[in-house]
Amino acid sequence: MPNMTPKKAAMPTQPPEERRHNFREVALGYSAETAMEEATRCLNCRHKPCVSGCPVHIEIPRFIEQVKDGDFGKAYEIISRTSSLPAVCGRVCPQENQCEARCVRGKNGEPVGIGRLERFVADWHNAQEEVKPEKPVSNGHKVAVIGSGPSGLTCAGDLAKMGYEVTVFEALHLAGGVLVYGIPEFRLPKSIVQKEVETIQALGVKIETNMVIGRVLSIDELMDEQGFEAVFIGSGAGLPRFMNIKGENLCGVYSANEFLTRTNLMKAYREESATPIMHAKRVAVVGGGNVAMDAARSALRLGASEVTVVYRRSEEELPARAEEVSHAKQEGVVFRMLSNPVEILGDENEFVTGMKIQQMELGEPDASGRRRPVPVEGSEYVIDVDAVIMAIGTSPNPLLKFTTKGLETKSWGGIVADESGQTSREGVFAGGDAVTGAATVILAMGEGKTAAAAIDEYIKNKSK
Amino acid sequence: MYRILKKKVLNPTVTLMEVEAPLIAAKAQPGQFIILRADKDGERIPLTISGCDKERGSVRIIFQLVGATTKQLGMLNEGDMIPDFVGPLGNPTPIDGLKKVCVVGGGVGCAIALPVAEKLHENGCEVHTIAGFRNKDLVILEDEFKACSDKYILMTDDGSAGEKGVVTMPLEKLIGSGENYDMVIAIGPLIMMKFVVKTTKPHGVPTTVSMNPIMIDGTGMCGGCRLTVGGKTRFACVDGPDFDGFEVDFDEAMKRGAMYRDFERHAYEKSCHLLNKEVE
Repeated sequence: MPNMTPKKAAMPTQPPEERRHNFREVALGYSAETAMEEATRCLNCRHKPCVSGCPVHIEIPRFIEQVKDGDFGKAYEIISRTSSLPAVCGRVCPQENQCEARCVRGKNGEPVGIGRLERFVADWHNAQEEVKPEKPVSNGHKVAVIGSGPSGLTCAGDLAKMGYEVTVFEALHLAGGVLVYGIPEFRLPKSIVQKEVETIQALGVKIETNMVIGRVLSIDELMDEQGFEAVFIGSGAGLPRFMNIKGENLCGVYSANEFLTRTNLMKAYREESATPIMHAKRVAVVGGGNVAMDAARSALRLGASEVTVVYRRSEEELPARAEEVSHAKQEGVVFRMLSNPVEILGDENEFVTGMKIQQMELGEPDASGRRRPVPVEGSEYVIDVDAVIMAIGTSPNPLLKFTTKGLETKSWGGIVADESGQTSREGVFAGGDAVTGAATVILAMGEGKTAAAAIDEYIKNKSK
Repeated sequence: MYRILKKKVLNPTVTLMEVEAPLIAAKAQPGQFIILRADKDGERIPLTISGCDKERGSVRIIFQLVGATTKQLGMLNEGDMIPDFVGPLGNPTPIDGLKKVCVVGGGVGCAIALPVAEKLHENGCEVHTIAGFRNKDLVILEDEFKACSDKYILMTDDGSAGEKGVVTMPLEKLIGSGENYDMVIAIGPLIMMKFVVKTTKPHGVPTTVSMNPIMIDGTGMCGGCRLTVGGKTRFACVDGPDFDGFEVDFDEAMKRGAMYRDFERHAYEKSCHLLNKEVE
């Protein structure tokens, strides 16, 4: 008889009053006993709806069955057949919209904690004695991957498993993309990212950091001169948007990318860090996505006494994960809904002192199907803040578009690619945020995976 | 890791290094920059490329010891490794089609101005150079500039070398005497570039300035280096670093440049303390 408890086994977390002062991981993970108990809630359905909800189609009931039996090694093997970054995805996937959304148990109670179980298995594996995966035999074909974020690492890992000689080119000094510069330590410890990167390197993938493709080498040079038969573009959507309102260039106004890069990649939260950051007391974060939540919660941990999320729609439309919003609220982040900044105010030294906000109300639905926020006349007021973080979205960096002949892009900068990842250039594939615009880690991984299969087929057909 | 092939102390505060980076050396053009970290836990700082040796596969940087990181970099010697060195970044200085140009360099900005002047000279352009320094001990690259300039004017604030005064004085005189420059290219401290623009604007002489805001990634992903140019926000690392001087909001750039002054002073004092300890 399966365990019919309607609720997931609880995940222990650091208490809010403690964690708001440190960058240590908030969610502490299951113990072996809890994991095995949660695994007994899975009904092992024949039609496995959960699998179709996972962008990389992990065989969920099969790995959970192994967890139930306590064979965590076997469980890891099943997961790693399809996923290259399980310790990451178990932590940052919006499971409520993916695998867990389709779990049968969710119809009458809470779904099985699939993400928590995946995380447990990956952490268990990473804690074992170093077992390096066997390096596959080379098939002699070279593939270049641009960008070492989730889509690039997945594509590289899959290709390496098929025997390709893969080189990943990364512009920053550390591999991982948004996993290292964007998502904070308290949600995703960097040691875990490092471990997953090392696993992919052990498969024979070469990672070259400090390489800005488009500047130091072009895609054409990679293919014509360096002998790469195919290229995968996984360069993400890293170009921050600003609102273009008055005062946006004052000292103390950050893009979320800058604020998070200083904090996460450059470790500016540490006392001894060489990279500075403003330790502001009253911070406004503009936007309602996961990036806004990450920025707000980081600002708290950097010592702010008051952090306010300013969002122009209502709570229902918040794009951030429900769990992140609730964590932020527990930690004391204040939410101002239906509020739109119209100006940032500063002092004579051009440091931020306040923000003028206009009240909004919801009107007719717009193109996205969400009700459009409309300003309320004469409703403007000022809040006192000494830093503002803009987290209103990002778009793809145009560098590759400008330096690659014949690479088609959409008006907003996304690379044009078909379902397999094929771009307008032969042998050049793309996936992740570079194609879709800012989305999720697991979708990027799914596209990296699809493109790896397409690249394999392309090279096999070509060499026939 | 990137090996330091050559190190030369040019004056008490300015050091030249040649760094092994063949891919960058093959591609770099005047006006572009690199970002480096002097230490594996260090910050990322931008430095303009002041020359390349394609055969040796090396990139030349010239930097002023102004803070903790440049001081740490200055402690490294020939044969030592720089952990991260990325480039070439930014756009090359636009110089195509120019026939007569006045290059104005201030202090360590002269190191950046040199490859631009050399390239102009190579293209057959008439080059006048005005180089300004605080005093004679700080003068750098005099011979190099003379070799690529049709006219070279050296200025020092205290008159200890060349003429006494600031760079805008001879500039005003040259323009006033009827030198018809296609372009003035100014590279140096913000305050100097601001006053160069004040000098050229009334005469309508097009002026390019090389901006040097705070940067982190240098690839366009954060906007930390943003400036207001012609009323619009631009990112110096990808849209620049060169801009039309008439359009740049220098006052805003100076305020933004001073954003972390307290932190920087603290870090510098701390590093001096540590370095002094090592010496003891």
